[in-house]
This record gives sequence, structure tokens and C-alpha cells, in this order.
Amino acid sequence: MSFEPRFGVVVFPGSNCDRDCLYVLQDVLGYAAEFVWHEAQDLSRFDVVVLPGGFSYGDYLRAGAVAATSPVVAALRRFAAAGGLVLGICNGFQVLVECGLLPGALVRNHSGVFRCQWVHLRVERTDTPFTRLYAPGEVVRMPIAHGEGRYYAPTEVLADLEARRQVVFRYVDGHGQPTAEANPNGSCNAVAGVVSATGNVLGLMPHPERCAEATLGGEDGRRLFEGAALWVRERPHLRAEAVG
Amino acid sequence: MSKRVRVVVFLKPGVLDAQGQAVETGLRALGLEASEVRVGKAFELAVPEEGWRERVREMCDRFLTNPLVEEYEVLGEVGR
Repeated sequence: MSFEPRFGVVVFPGSNCDRDCLYVLQDVLGYAAEFVWHEAQDLSRFDVVVLPGGFSYGDYLRAGAVAATSPVVAALRRFAAAGGLVLGICNGFQVLVECGLLPGALVRNHSGVFRCQWVHLRVERTDTPFTRLYAPGEVVRMPIAHGEGRYYAPTEVLADLEARRQVVFRYVDGHGQPTAEANPNGSCNAVAGVVSATGNVLGLMPHPERCAEATLGGEDGRRLFEGAALWVRERPHLRAEAVG
Repeated sequence: MSKRVRVVVFLKPGVLDAQGQAVETGLRALGLEASEVRVGKAFELAVPEEGWRERVREMCDRFLTNPLVEEYEVLGEVGR
């Protein structure tokens, strides 16, 4: 019997990378995937829920703050607590920190300007569902496009985050060094992506869905989705246990 | 009865205020001397009068501000 992972891509008013995510999941990788409206109250039919990039609610108040009050985010808390995989990309990462599923905050870039460019990232952990197909310390290339992507947390929270190895991606140069020049937004500790203490919720500012095909300039993002799918396939029992 | 309230929000002093720095640079370019420029935001809202300060504080703590990076001040009655 085949067991195929089911992906849900949440659509908030103002999401604009939702179609890119669905395209990569369905057309590039051949997975079962569908859109989920922000008013949905049940995510239990999914194995992986993706919060895509964009400008939910026009970034009003703070990026991700209004989306964090949506019915689907209440359902997302239950989904994550039950062990479901959650991936927040760019604005999706901002929603995850605003709703408290991930620690820290994403504030305005230190340069004060919107950054749209390719960056190098060092994979700091390969024992998460999302990063298992990367090599430890591997340097990958992904695009970023954000104005409020500077990861910030108070010193003690940062120390805690590092001690628990929750930093999964870090901005580095092509040689894997976290230099000031390689940090596109002034993120504390060059943090580009963070995982929850439980390991099943990942947020990152770069866009893996924009680099999942060679024709788009790179394929380094693809393994993030493939890793999650593989993780789900290996655990068919979790779906039966999942609630909510 | 409701009370009209104004809330002023700024980034905490330790958090880099890129907007404030840009505005300061602009002021200097115009020959207008200023320092310690910070850019914040303000809310005006009407809330039920009873326990209005606590109501507004809860709004600030849970939604209007991110307590990790922002601080706020609740200003009382505002006229219109």
C-alpha cells in the first residue's frame, strides 16, 4: 500500500508565494498538495503544513501579526502540538514567531531597505525532518526577498537557542564563514532559520520554493521538501495518531 | 461609556531603529540638526470606560506591540 505525504499550503489574504509552493510540491515533486484558506479550522488531513511567503494583511501592524490571529493558526497550534510538520517561509516564518510557535522576532533589515538577492546558507543541523537530506555544514544557495527579516532575540534567548541547537540555517559567505558582509539583514548570530525545540516546526527567511529547479538558477531548496516527505513516509503510524 | 485612548509605540532602546537612523540622516542633509531620532507608531482607539487602562494594556501586550522588541506608552483621553 502506498503512503503518500499530504501537504497543505495556507493562503492568507496577501500571501503571494502560495502558488510557487503548490507548484513545487505538486508539479516538480509530484506530492499530494492543496491550498488551505486562512479561515480553515482543521488541518488534521495533512502531514505537512506550509505557511508561504508574501505580505499577509499588507504587513500591517507588524509582518505576520494579523495573520497570527487567524482561525487557521489556532488549528496550526493543535497540529504542531500533535507532532505535525510545519514549514514557515519568509512571511510564514514571521507568522510563526508572531504566534509564538517559534522564539524571537523578525524586525526591519538593518540596512533599512528591502533585500532581494541570492545568499549562501550553512546547514547547521541535519537531524531535523526538513534538513536530513543535506550534509552537515553544507553551504547552499537560496534567494531572499524581504524588508523585515532581521532575526532578533534578547541575549539570553539567543544563548538558549544556540545551546539547544535550534539555529538550523545561518547566513555565510561562499566559504561557509558567517561574515558581516554575508549577513543580508543584520540578523543576530546570522540566524536565517530556526527550528522549534520539538524539531517539527521550522521557519526560515530564504525561499526554498524558488530554488527547486535548475531552470530557476538552483535546486538547493528542493531537498527541504523531499526531506519532510521522506520523514512522513517513514512514519505512517503518526497520521493515525494525529488529532486536530 | 467609552474612552478614547492613544497608544504610542517605539522600538526598545537596544533594538536598532533603521527608520530613525534614516530620518536622522535626512534631517542632517537638510541642515536641520537632530540626534537620537526614533520612529514609532501611534494607535487611537475607543474602549469601554470601565477598567480602560487594563484593557488597553492587555491589547498592547497581546497584539498591538511585540513586547520582545517594542515598548509602549498609554496616553489617556484624547480629544477629537
